This record gives sequence, C-alpha cells and structure tokens, in this order.
Amino acid sequence: MTNLLFHFIKDGILHALKGSKLYFTWLISLVALIGIGVFAYSIQISEGLKVTGMTDHVSWGLYISNFTFFVGIAAAAVMLILPAYIFNDADFTKVALIGEGVAVSALIMCLSFVTVDLGSPEKVWHLIPKLGYFNWPNSMLAWDVLVLNGYLALNLLIPFYILFSHYRGKEANKKKYFPFILLSVFWAIAIHLVTAFLYAGLPARPFWNNALLGPRFLASAFAAGPAFILVILSVLDYSTGFKIQKRVISKLALVVAIAAQINLIMLGSEIFKEFYHPTEHSSSAIYLFFGLHGHSALVPWIWTAISMNIIATLMLSIHKLRENHKILMGLCIMLFLAIWIEKGMGLVVPGFIPSPIGEIVEYSPTLVEVGITTGILAGGMLVLTVLVKVAIGIELGTFRSDAKDAN
Amino acid sequence: MRLKDLRHKIMSALKYDRSLASKEIKSDCHSDSIPPTTCPKNPPKMVGGAFGKKTSRRAAIGLAGGGVGAAFAFSACSNMLDEETKDKLGLSWEEFFKKNYRLMTDQEKGETVKRIEKLAKVKNNEIINVSDTPAKDGVLFGYAFNISKCQGYMDCVEACVKENNQDRESNMQYINIFEMENGNLNIESGNSKYSHEVPVEGKFYLGTQCFHCEKAPCIEVCPVGATWKEPDGIVVVDYDWCIGCRYCEAACPYWGRRFNWGAPQIPNEELNTEQHYLGNRKRGKGVMEKCTFCIQRTRKGLQPACVDACPTGSRTFGNLLDPNSEIRYIIENKKVFRLKEDLGTEPKFWYYMD
Repeated sequence: MTNLLFHFIKDGILHALKGSKLYFTWLISLVALIGIGVFAYSIQISEGLKVTGMTDHVSWGLYISNFTFFVGIAAAAVMLILPAYIFNDADFTKVALIGEGVAVSALIMCLSFVTVDLGSPEKVWHLIPKLGYFNWPNSMLAWDVLVLNGYLALNLLIPFYILFSHYRGKEANKKKYFPFILLSVFWAIAIHLVTAFLYAGLPARPFWNNALLGPRFLASAFAAGPAFILVILSVLDYSTGFKIQKRVISKLALVVAIAAQINLIMLGSEIFKEFYHPTEHSSSAIYLFFGLHGHSALVPWIWTAISMNIIATLMLSIHKLRENHKILMGLCIMLFLAIWIEKGMGLVVPGFIPSPIGEIVEYSPTLVEVGITTGILAGGMLVLTVLVKVAIGIELGTFRSDAKDAN
Repeated sequence: MRLKDLRHKIMSALKYDRSLASKEIKSDCHSDSIPPTTCPKNPPKMVGGAFGKKTSRRAAIGLAGGGVGAAFAFSACSNMLDEETKDKLGLSWEEFFKKNYRLMTDQEKGETVKRIEKLAKVKNNEIINVSDTPAKDGVLFGYAFNISKCQGYMDCVEACVKENNQDRESNMQYINIFEMENGNLNIESGNSKYSHEVPVEGKFYLGTQCFHCEKAPCIEVCPVGATWKEPDGIVVVDYDWCIGCRYCEAACPYWGRRFNWGAPQIPNEELNTEQHYLGNRKRGKGVMEKCTFCIQRTRKGLQPACVDACPTGSRTFGNLLDPNSEIRYIIENKKVFRLKEDLGTEPKFWYYMD
C-alpha cells in the first residue's frame, strides 16, 4: 500500500510535468511570477510591513482583501459538490473533482495571504493549541484558522481517496466518503460565514458591523465562485480531452445568475440603509461611493465594479444570452472581476475610513504588495493546474497503476 | 531607487548570515553527544542555564523542529564563536521559545527579564533595568481628563513618547489631542493635526489615548491571547507573543493601538532605561503596542508621564478603589462622560468640565 502510494505520488508529479509547449509556457510564467512574489516578500521580511501602503489608520489592505474574496471562491466548490454527491446528479459527478481542486488552490491562496499579512510570521507557532495559546472560542480569527484548515483537509482528503481508488482501477466506496462530503457542505458555508463574522463582530467599524454581511458574503461567493469554475471548465473542454456536458454548463450558469440576482438585491438593501437617512455611521459608505472631504480614491473602482455587476447580472438573467457560450464566458469574467473589486478592496479598505475617531487617511498598495499578491495568485493557479492535470489524467484513464493486486 | 536600496540591505543581511554559518561548519563539536573533553579548549559556560537545566516541553519541541536555530544552539560548545556571539544566540534562542507571559511562573518571569537585560547589553550595549512588578491588590487604575482646562500644548504627547520609547522614525504617538469647536462634542469633527499657536479662541481641547476599557473589544479578538487586562485594570500587550495580525487594531473603537510597521528607532541617548516587561521596553518589528498607563511608573506609585508633564492640571490619574482618591472625587462630584458609551466598552477614562 505504501509502495503504491509512493508510485501514485511519483506518477502524479511526472504526469503534471508532461504536456504541450503551451502548457509549459504557462507553467514557466507562473513560476516566474511566483519568483517575483518571493523576491518582494524577502523585502517585506527584512524591512517590515512599512514597505506596504498600510498604516495605523488603514491596517489591512490588499492581502486581507484578497484573502476575503478567495475564501468565497473556496466555499463555492459546494455548488458542484452538492448536486454531484448529495442529489446524485451524474453530470456533476465528473466535474466535482475540478470544484474541489479550485477549493484547494483558493484555500492555499487564503492561507498565504493571511501569512504574508502577519507582522511576525516567525511566531505563527503561537497559534498551535497547547504549544502556543489558541484564543478559541473567543477570537473569530481563531475560528477562521480552524475552519480554513479543516476545509482544506476535507478538500484534500475526499478527492485524494476518490482519485487514488480510480488510479488503482477501483470504484471509490461512496459509503466511506459520503459522511465527509456531507461535512464539507456545511463546512463550506461555515468558512464563509466565519470570515464574514470576523468583520461583522466589530462594533468599532459600523461599515462591517451589520447582520447582512454574512448572507451577502455567501451570495457573492456563490456568484463569483461558480463563474470562475465555469471559465475553468470551458478552458478544460477546449484544451483537453476532458469534455464537459452542455447541461453542466447551463445548470451552473443558472446558479451564477440566481446568486448574482440575490447579491444585487442585498446590495440595494445596503445602499438604501446607508443613504436614505445617512448617519455618522454612513461615513464609510459615503467615502466609498462618493468620496469624503475631497478624498475619493475608491470611487472610480466601486462604480466600475457596480456597473459591471449590474450589467453582468441583467444579461445573465436573459436565457438567450446565457445560453450563448461566448457571451456567458464574457459575463462570468465580468462578474468575477466586479465581485473581486467590490468584496476585496471595496469592503475591507472603506471599513477603516474614516478612522473611529474621524480621521481620513487613504490607502493604496505599494509595488511590494502588488508583487507579493501576484506571486500568491500565480501560486494558486499553479496548484490548480497541477491538481486538475492529475485529476483529468486519472479520470480519462491516461495514467493508472499497473498493480492490479493492490489492496 | 528605493528597491535598489532595499536589495542592498537584503544582500548585506544575507552576508551576515553566511559568515555565521561558515563559522558553524568549522566547529567540529557541534553535537550534544560529544563529551566536552573533545572540544579543543574548555567549553565556555552555558549561557542562561538553558541547556544545562531540564529541557521543557516547549524547548524540546523547539529543538526537535529547529533547523538553523538548532544548529546555532548546539554550537554552544564551539570555541570558534566568541563568548559574546554565543551569549546572543543562546539567549535569543531561549527568548524565542518562551511562553506567553500570562502563563509564566514567577520564576520564569524573572528569568526572561534577566535575559532581556543581558541581551540589551550584548546586542546594543544598553544597560537597562526591566521590571516585572505585578499588580497590587485593591488597585484599579482610572483616568480623568478636564476639557475645560486643557489648552492643547501637547507636552503630554512629547513626554509620553520619551517615557515609553516609541519609534521616532514613524513619529508614533499614543496620545491624540483634538482641537474642537465650542458647542460640539463630536470627536469625529475634531482636528488632531493642528500646528498653530494654542489656545485658540472658541475652541477647546480633548485628548484621547487607550482607555483601558473594562470590556475591551481588542482583547477578545486576539487569536493568540497576546493582549489582556491586568488585575489593576491596565490593558497590556505581550510584545514577544504578538504575531502582528492587527485584528485588535481593527477592533478598537477609539483608535488606541499602534503597530510597529518597521523596526522601532530610538537614539541610544534618548532611551528610557527604566522599563517594564509589559510597558516601555523596546518593541520588535511587526508587533502591536499602546498606552500602558505608564505601567513602569504607576506600579511603583508614580504618576504617568502625561500627568506629570501637563502644565494645566487637566489630567488626573489614580486608584478607583480608593474612596479618598482625587479620581473618585471627580467621578462622584463632576458631570463626567465617556466616549462612545453606547458601545458598552466601559472605558476607565472619564471626561469632565468645570
């Protein structure tokens, strides 16, 4: 068994390193971008976080924005897992593995983003229960550490079991993995709610301190996540022998459309509350949408995001447009970018502006921050590429174990 | 240009590491198992008793998992490294793997304080006196601020920076003095960036700092329990335990916390050498800090530096549990208020006017 496991891993790595010229160009460009990220991080390590644009006023920036957004992408894998394993929709069973791959890569990005955001990363061992001091259940951040790592473990474990079975030419025993599937469905909701509560639990920041934040996180995640997965599936359908059925695409597109509609309703509700009778607590929203006392760094960004969001949602709601594959891809990319801006920088940064005692200090990321962020995004894409390559290889039967007597 | 400078700094840092590593390799007795007699000369005395005493669970895990650090530590019996470097490495090693201050026994507290003093000596040639004086029974500290008296001179700000060894490079300050329009108590419309002659007609002045809330939101959010409320009511940070996630800074409704975005810079001659573990001792890069009610002074019965420095007598500090204290008199006899009382944080910092 151990021997077989070793072969599985070796074959997997070898398989991931086989491919066309285009595939290699893709891998090498990702590695180059990771290199830039590592270099930028080395600067941050030696100089401290002062090489970022963050200050005591805006103490979280690009890293935590991206962290928040990608937790949503990780959670969205549930939109494939739910129909595939729980509703036994045969069309989805094949692509569920891709969804889990997306979840794993998104989680690796999330954990990297929080790590690079730490001022003293060498002390992360303080988080290990017993050895350190894990402030659970009081700190929502402790909860987040727990749920993110748990979700990562689940999303590694389930596909690993299924793929390893297929590798040995066996069917995976559903009885064995079904409880974990069930757990991962609830866990997916939990990771995103907990991340929302991280913000919503702070009365110091009225912009975040609202009950709608959690549900809104879920709605936007279930729009942006499946939109991202749809693009990935199309790329796979186009470039590999792994053919995606039309029904899967149109069902997922419907999920994206409905989630995007719900997200817009919630956005409207938030805007109404902030602007019908603006109070002192509306300052952040005023800053974000219209600028405050001449400070308006985020205004062009948020209006770009809102326009893209509205256009994409409206067009996705029209069956004819959604059924057209090229238009669908365009709309998915548009919606993904819109939510990335809105839920990342558009949510995290204005929470700090103005400060709790009314001071306005704006934020914009530095080159170092952009470099590190790019490196992490490239790292996530690299993980996704390798996982998907191996999964497809096994599912298409291009690489299997020769040992038939394995137990 | 800036990037170039940074790269240069990184390269020089790497060089330093390499020179240490090469010294390491030359030593031929870098293992515990080799008896000391095989060392070319008598092994120097172990530092701080770390490796002689019974290995704690934490230290054992550290040793097992340690890479470069472990190599440094084991090189203790090498004579290629001079005594001073060994001191530094051994002490830094023990400092790195120490516990959260709250979980330390009194003895462990004493040991870390000694190590910090020794490290300051060998690393920066500073003679400092670090105290670990605990809270006294029957003491709960509170603060009152008279907004009719304050004239906005900011002597308190200056005294605070000097007393508490704050980073001079980023001009870090715990205290903000807001210039406020008469007739408006809304702090969000105040101006803390004024640089004109004070006092100005028609304005009044209001200072903020950490309010040492009884129900402090910053404490519960910390994922590693690096910040807590001491029995005498002072909200403190264990600088060596803080991982620098800045969740507490986001959670504070009064903007009371400050982060070390870079390594703090304090000119040697300006360093306040009378220090407390939970107070004004030197902070590292990437950790949180804040006002500690000058714990190094107030636990010795002195007044905080801001109170001493104030030329107008607007600041009052004392023991809330002492019925005869001035602070109790103010709270009982003046019209007092606190900031953002609706949040339920219960600040121990009251404002009043004459």
